Amino acid sequence: MRDFSYLRAGSVDAARQAAALPGAMLFAGGTTLIDLAKCGVAEPETLVDITHLEGLNGIELNERGATIGALAKTSHVADHAGIKSRFPAVSEALWQAASAQIRNMATIGGNLMQRTRCPYFRDPANFPACNKREPGSGCSAVGGVTRGHAVLGTSGACIAMYPGDLAVALVAFDAIVHLGDRQVSVDDFFLLPGTTPDREHAIEPGEMITAIEIPGSAAARRSTYLKIRDRQSYEFAAASAAVGIEFEADGRTIRDLRVALGGVATKPWRARAVEDALKGKVLEPDAVRAASLLAIEGAVDHGANHYKIELAPRVVARAILKMGETA
Amino acid sequence: MTVRNIRHGDASDGALAEVVGGRLSRVDGPAKITGAAKYAVEQQLEGLAYAVLVESTIASGKVRAIDTEEAQAAPGVLQVLTPDTIISLKPASDWFGTPPPDKPYCPLVRDITFSGQHVAAVVAETFEQAVAAAALLKVSYDETPAIVDLSDAKAGDGIPIDAMTKEWGDAQAAFASAPVRICAAYNTPREYQAPMEPHGLIARWEGDHLTVWEPSQWLDGMARTYAEWFGVPFENVRLVSPYIGGGFGSKALALSHGAVAASAAKMLGRPVRLVMTRPQTFTGYGGRAATRQTVTIGADRQGKIQSIVHRGVNETSVDGMWVEPLGSVTSIMYATPNFSSRQNVVRVNSVVPGAMRAPGENPSAFGIESAIDELAYEVGIDPLEIRLRNYAEQDPEAKKAWSTRQLREAFATGAERFGWSRRTPEPRSMRDGNQLIGWGVAAGTYPVRRAYGEAIVRILADGSVEVESSSIDMGQGTYTILVQTAAETVGVPADNVVVKLGDSRFPRAGVAGGSRLAGVMTGAVYKAATSALDQLIGLAISDPRSPFHALQANTLVVANGRISSPRGDGPDVSISELLKSVGRDHIEATGDTMPANSTPEDRYKNYTTIAMALPHTEGDYSRHSWCAHFIEVRVDEDFGTVRVSRVVSALDSGRLYNPKLAESQWKGGIIMGIGQALLEEGIVDRRHGRIVNNNLADYLVPTNADIPDIEVISVGIPDLHSSVLGGKGVGELAIVGVAPAIANAVFHATGKRVRDLPITLEKLI
Repeated sequence: MRDFSYLRAGSVDAARQAAALPGAMLFAGGTTLIDLAKCGVAEPETLVDITHLEGLNGIELNERGATIGALAKTSHVADHAGIKSRFPAVSEALWQAASAQIRNMATIGGNLMQRTRCPYFRDPANFPACNKREPGSGCSAVGGVTRGHAVLGTSGACIAMYPGDLAVALVAFDAIVHLGDRQVSVDDFFLLPGTTPDREHAIEPGEMITAIEIPGSAAARRSTYLKIRDRQSYEFAAASAAVGIEFEADGRTIRDLRVALGGVATKPWRARAVEDALKGKVLEPDAVRAASLLAIEGAVDHGANHYKIELAPRVVARAILKMGETA
Repeated sequence: MTVRNIRHGDASDGALAEVVGGRLSRVDGPAKITGAAKYAVEQQLEGLAYAVLVESTIASGKVRAIDTEEAQAAPGVLQVLTPDTIISLKPASDWFGTPPPDKPYCPLVRDITFSGQHVAAVVAETFEQAVAAAALLKVSYDETPAIVDLSDAKAGDGIPIDAMTKEWGDAQAAFASAPVRICAAYNTPREYQAPMEPHGLIARWEGDHLTVWEPSQWLDGMARTYAEWFGVPFENVRLVSPYIGGGFGSKALALSHGAVAASAAKMLGRPVRLVMTRPQTFTGYGGRAATRQTVTIGADRQGKIQSIVHRGVNETSVDGMWVEPLGSVTSIMYATPNFSSRQNVVRVNSVVPGAMRAPGENPSAFGIESAIDELAYEVGIDPLEIRLRNYAEQDPEAKKAWSTRQLREAFATGAERFGWSRRTPEPRSMRDGNQLIGWGVAAGTYPVRRAYGEAIVRILADGSVEVESSSIDMGQGTYTILVQTAAETVGVPADNVVVKLGDSRFPRAGVAGGSRLAGVMTGAVYKAATSALDQLIGLAISDPRSPFHALQANTLVVANGRISSPRGDGPDVSISELLKSVGRDHIEATGDTMPANSTPEDRYKNYTTIAMALPHTEGDYSRHSWCAHFIEVRVDEDFGTVRVSRVVSALDSGRLYNPKLAESQWKGGIIMGIGQALLEEGIVDRRHGRIVNNNLADYLVPTNADIPDIEVISVGIPDLHSSVLGGKGVGELAIVGVAPAIANAVFHATGKRVRDLPITLEKLI
């Protein structure tokens, strides 16, 4: 960790301006940033502390949906009665993420900026080649230990997995990231690696996440987040699914379905093919399992992560069937 | 002591928590919970400087050059140490006391034999400055091909270790003619101790005297190594380690990072602190070696074993030797007329592996206890029943009687508490929705390792009792059981006893390893306390100033801190009052368990090496602890995830000095075994020969959510062949057999036999 200067921003505008300077980074919960600084990946010259800014930690619900301030702690959002009743998948995704200590520090805005756990990305001393860290330097992961790498959305330049849980639920329910005045859908906020894996988010210098808006829906109200992992707690997903469902009046025919995947892709992965295949159909186990296979269309494995291609559709199917049972 | 009247080492041993066998809570608990306990690197010393290690990024080759210019010029930098600039040390003998090779020792290396080897160090005024400067060192290498692991084509068959060969009967012929034959290979990966407290130390020189604050499982052994490295008398080195944040075998030896820190302190003339980062703890010293075993069993159709042929291989390093004895359980668990076990070690480019909770017995049990389960299915016999049919009534290898072996009782008690009789035998025959349920059983064992110890017991003017020993407490409860031993022996309340450990200035002790320390130290404290008590009573009877002098008694009773006559016909005074009356401010006695004719050289060797340890088969008996684990798993049929949902273990550790602490250690071993079975694996990047999951987010150990309620039951009886007070080993026993019990349960749940640990989900979907 290198020496850096510390700047306490007096306002959102001041924070944005300070963060636009070269080498400056915003500091909120610090749970990702400090970790990355310790392993030599993040080397900020200036930390712009926004933890004390007022008006950014609210959780508001109205008839349109929920608006969550960027500085709301993930544990508070997870435990919020309105979030739990109207967006159970969001609450469940947060509860199953990280540890209690980290959830008490981490913020919603910072959570969206969480970076990959790719071991090659996180060890610059031993693995200088990393296109995400040093554009054009190559990828150390391909041909290496790939059990935790992505099978969807990869490129020749990068196969690093997006590790988070919350954004998987957000992308399923068409959440919107507020960057001050500008708004971007969560799906568009996360970028595919393509040839520029160093660029992970559609956020420009001088912009700052101020809030996340989640439109309310019947599907969001009847939703779940199913996370499968090697360890029962404090562990990233081997595969996960955020699923929300709305039935027609008959209680069997699917009117609306939302499916997104975690733990398998380079970004939070909306599985619209699964949704489209089942919308208008009667919920039935075999049909659900068949449709769930569409979740991994186009998947490419790198050996040790092949199991994710088997696992992900099963997770999707289980989550959809579970939501069907709760009718 | 009323040892012989005691049957079970449970609460029936004594109603009082304060005596040996009672459930006294950890006396060091409050200090740890409140933060008052000061760990090694928390010492605040004037002039403290901070050292940071720089490690090799290749697994094999040579350091071509180290460009230190930028680092030297960085703010706060005091010193950049490289193989060229660090002082040369003398070689130290190994833990057997074997004389070292006659060449200087340098803890920073030019010849690289593994990734993560120490090549340089930076010392600065602050930790942050040292870290920043260390990143500025430019190390260039000439890289050569590495042998990355056991499966590397270049690794070969390895070196036969003849001392591991065990043969009786004609195992090959008996196998060939056996009506039922099974043969399977079992693999365990590199595993790591992962103590909560990372390795680190503060070293300070005052003239030619060195003080080292360092977490240590063996103060006297480590002090000897430091003394030999720096060519100073053993007495000049003081190791201080009152609290240790977990060791599991990894903190028993002085390691190269310690040599770096002590060298830096000497060169700088200032105390130096060096703490490994968590990633460095995966390469700075060895975890459990990766192993491979082939177990073949020949049996008759009733499941009676006729032959066992066992072949084992473990990893060692290019320039170090570690033998993980893979035939240790194989040769004693079951009666077999014909047996053959051999073992090779294979050199790979890794740090030399080291001791980790039950080295040898742990992987050995994974082989034999999986294989006997496979045999049970092959012949169609219940896995518990087949173990009883092959029960070894004596040590099949040593051909000696067991000192005690309550394994049959463990099977019976565990099975009853678990409800084993309700098990349906067919795989995949028990389920709950999507969850396949499996029940597995396996046995475990660990030899009783014995050595000698010494202690001082003082009875002070205020009537309190003080115990001193250079033995240690890394969480297993040494402080507490020695309080109990001294309190009961002298006859004072436990609150009046203070035990001081973890300073090499105190009376010496051997390694806290191999589950021997409790047996060694309770014996030493018992002897010293008995001697102090004799002095106290002697004074009370014979000193003319004593209130008991006129009584002309032969002996007196000391209980609850008071002295009285056995018949109650004399005075009743406190210890404090008696000492005052006879004009003494304390009584002191040193006690040890060494043979009476021991020379000073014997004593030094006993405490600073393991060469004097007594064989567990010495004399007429074979001494071991035993256990049986009954484990339920739930396997999700779609996801392949395995969760342990129930554990019942019955264990024979002989007499328990403190059942509460023994149960806690057993449960800790079982939890570690669950991690070994399901989660833990050092994953090597085969291109670089480097462990890539070198942190606690990627090297998974169990969380609370992974651990169900665990029931542990003591079935031991006092074993006076094993220790002075009748206990056998506790700390290592319970991990042995957990992984095979889980693997056997997974087979019962799914019909899939997983022979490679850990049992991760991709092996089951």
